[in-house]
Amino acid sequence: MTSNGNGQVIQLTKKDFESDQQVRWCPGCGDYAILATVQSFMPELGIPRENIVFISGIGCAARFPYYMETYGMHGIHGRAPAIASGLAVARPDLNVWVVSGDGDALSIGGNHLIHAMRRNVNMTILMFNNQIYGLTKGQYSPTSELGKVTKSTPFGSADYPFNPISLALGAEASFVARTIDNDRAHFTEILRKAVAHKGTKFIEVYQNCNIFNDGAFDAVRDPRSGRENRIYLEDKKPIRFGKDESKGVIMDSDAQLKIVDVEEVGEARLLVHDENAVIPGRAFALSRLSHSPTGPVPLGIFRSVERPVYEDLVEQQIAQAKERGGPGDLAKLLRQGETWEVS
Amino acid sequence: MAKTVQEVDQVVIRFAGDSGDGMQVTGDRFTNATAVLGNDLATLPDFPAEIRAPAGTLFGVSGFQLHFADHDILTPGDAPNVLVAMNPAALKTNISDLLPGGTLIVNSDAFDDRSLAKAEYANNPLTDGSLAGYEVYEVPLNKLTLGALEGITGLTQKDMLRSKNMFALGLLSWMFSRPTDGSEGWIRDKFGKSPEVAEANLRAFRAGIAFGETTEVFTHSFVIKPAQLDPGTYRNITGNQAITLGLVAASVRSGLQLVLAGYPITPASDVLHELARHKQFGIKTMQCEDEIASAAAALGASFAGSLGVTVTSGPGLDLKSETIGLAVSVELPLVVLDIQRAGPSTGMPTKTEQGDLLHAMFGRHGEAPVAILAASSPADCFDIVLEAARLALKYRTPVIVLSDAFLATGSEPWKLPDVESLPDLTTAFEFATGPNHEGEFWPFLRDEETLARPWAIPGTPGLEHRIGGIEKHDGTGDISYDPENHHRMTLLRAQKIAGISKDIPRLEVDDPSGSAETLVLAWGSTFGPVRAACKRLRNNNVNVAHAHLRHMNPFPSNLGEVLHGYKRVIVPENNMGQLLKLVRAEFLVDAQGINKVAGAPFKAAELTQALEAHMEIPR
Ligand code: SF4
Repeated sequence: MTSNGNGQVIQLTKKDFESDQQVRWCPGCGDYAILATVQSFMPELGIPRENIVFISGIGCAARFPYYMETYGMHGIHGRAPAIASGLAVARPDLNVWVVSGDGDALSIGGNHLIHAMRRNVNMTILMFNNQIYGLTKGQYSPTSELGKVTKSTPFGSADYPFNPISLALGAEASFVARTIDNDRAHFTEILRKAVAHKGTKFIEVYQNCNIFNDGAFDAVRDPRSGRENRIYLEDKKPIRFGKDESKGVIMDSDAQLKIVDVEEVGEARLLVHDENAVIPGRAFALSRLSHSPTGPVPLGIFRSVERPVYEDLVEQQIAQAKERGGPGDLAKLLRQGETWEVS
Repeated sequence: MAKTVQEVDQVVIRFAGDSGDGMQVTGDRFTNATAVLGNDLATLPDFPAEIRAPAGTLFGVSGFQLHFADHDILTPGDAPNVLVAMNPAALKTNISDLLPGGTLIVNSDAFDDRSLAKAEYANNPLTDGSLAGYEVYEVPLNKLTLGALEGITGLTQKDMLRSKNMFALGLLSWMFSRPTDGSEGWIRDKFGKSPEVAEANLRAFRAGIAFGETTEVFTHSFVIKPAQLDPGTYRNITGNQAITLGLVAASVRSGLQLVLAGYPITPASDVLHELARHKQFGIKTMQCEDEIASAAAALGASFAGSLGVTVTSGPGLDLKSETIGLAVSVELPLVVLDIQRAGPSTGMPTKTEQGDLLHAMFGRHGEAPVAILAASSPADCFDIVLEAARLALKYRTPVIVLSDAFLATGSEPWKLPDVESLPDLTTAFEFATGPNHEGEFWPFLRDEETLARPWAIPGTPGLEHRIGGIEKHDGTGDISYDPENHHRMTLLRAQKIAGISKDIPRLEVDDPSGSAETLVLAWGSTFGPVRAACKRLRNNNVNVAHAHLRHMNPFPSNLGEVLHGYKRVIVPENNMGQLLKLVRAEFLVDAQGINKVAGAPFKAAELTQALEAHMEIPR
């Protein structure tokens, strides 16, 4: 819904969130599906269009705000979480989104990303992970696998990759989730839960770059064969997946998570997922179940916990200061300290 | 013995001691007592970057110089006529500055063999006759302080000795007839949390006064009458304090929420500290993860409709360059405060320099003009910040404000302005409320007069739009790689900034004779020394004109005319000739520079001499 400027509230549709700009991603890019999912979800948000802001950095993903009929800023490489933090602090009434890629968020913008999550600024960060630099034409990224041969690593990458979910958990993010570009139902469900959460929402989206890294996520992304490897995390339920949910996850005596045959170990031994667990240990262990998306991979919400929101605390301090000393009086402030008269 | 009181018209005192001796606090306190008395004054703190340099070392010496007078003064003084040296290292590093015949007060207790060795003295200067040219007062500060504090329980001897700076303050307060009530109140406030420490400092302070009054060491004290300043209410203010108050005033006078994002950096951190206290004004401060983020957050706040401000020093300005470039491109207000310090790189964090002018001017890739302002005195920092806010809001542009370490920590009396007389910033901008082009909203459709684009803030229905660093189509703001459009947009951005010259005061020239043939053109914190040097020249019947720039980009519209009106143009700067390059390039004048990059402001005498040399005046 939005107000139409005359104070009337009107129901919006996906179309209302499509800007008049021509979408310029490569044909077949996973970004199209993400854009469609987000645009379709927006009406459900129930927030007037004018109160929604998309901020991005640089990269293929960062073009996203141009295609959304909301307020938006296409910023500088890696800085989107910082720009968005200033925006959210200035205007806690706004619904703030950051759209980023693996290079933008984890490499040049790594510092801003971790600190936004640590502060728990109220914003939804969509990180499109395609494990490659697209816009600069195919160099390895901080999520590319070791040994990856790219233009800048003709003999294979010697860089060990980040595990984005582990990183977000380590940075104290209060909401951490993973989904796939082409799984609209799951993606939408994650968005739904994310917007209901107050604080920084970090959502990793496996995104296929069909030009420079085609098939990187096929093991889980393929609509048919990939299903077997999708471990959909469901809150307060035993973790099961695979054909007929025949496989499951248990915690071994050495606190390691293991994938098992449910029949073999019995359902009672399966790990029960708890996204609200205060201690992030299990969520972290789940994130380590697969370092790269080549086999079974957990999808869904790894963690969702309540924690004070930065801009709320800022507002509180202001309210308290005003309550204690009344609203600011400039004339009085200028005269503070020792003054003297000259006549 | 009856003591005489001698009237003098001005004094320059320097307090010098170990970093841990509390010299800055002592100087500050003496300054406030002096200000309240109505003397005109200027101060120059000078301290090492190390928080607690090893005790007794030469590089660990911290100093605070104060010039006060019964008349209008312009600088913190070239050389002290009173030096307080708390240890041998302080004496060694400062004695060469003390005027011949000047008064030297030393803590004689600190001149033991070890301290002398640390200060690299082969012989004790108190006994080897090397101080014969001065009026030396040896005061056993340690013994006297401990004696005064006898009976206070709960403090170790080391704790007690910390109060010796208050003994010195008391002694100097007596010597120069400073009021003591304010200082006593201040001591109680400052140490209020710990009654013993407050008591110790109070006793030491009083003992210092009594020592001056009663012992035979000192035969006379001094009075310095109040200066004839404009009528009004005054307070003493440092540049960083003035910036902070200017920011609060900019928020109040614009009706906008102010968001300041910063990252700790010397000598700018005090702005962040001070502003963080003024939450009653709805001001939000953020200490970000780095300099980059703090610029970005400030820009995000401006996009949201707040007045976004970021504060830093040179090393931080390097890092903020990309955000300033983005702000140029998206055309949003952004105030960037650069408290310059000696560079390059880490340079000398606590020492002054004017090295960032060309960085502010050109330190971005592409054609990225911004407005640049420079404060000329500590109190001027207040006005310059209001002007920066006005220009940023009116022209939707980044404005870089250049202050420096000299202004930031130096202080002067400031006549408090009437709030109502401050510029009304609500007239500088308005938020867009509706379509501006045939029922559509074009985010880059410019105001014909200012060339500013509309500022449409989130929350405004119907004006949803996207901005970014990619080149935009003139008017619609859509992404455009059209070559001619880029050329046009580049010109428009340049014209917008250049057009500010119509909106700022013409450059005034100070030339009492009206017939000077030499113009001294300067900017920023050199105002005091340059004005003082010109006065000295005029006292010697040399006609000279002085013009001082506060608007560095664009320049005042008449600058070219002014420059071409003189046979000779001299540009003194605390850099290697940055304004010099700009005026030579822009106005084709054969201006000459006087340059000092020694981490300290010009002294009036050295500048006078340098000007005389340029003007070929025989001495
Ligand atoms: S390069 Fe890859 S990520 Fe970028 S638009 Fe093309 S397919 Fe998508």
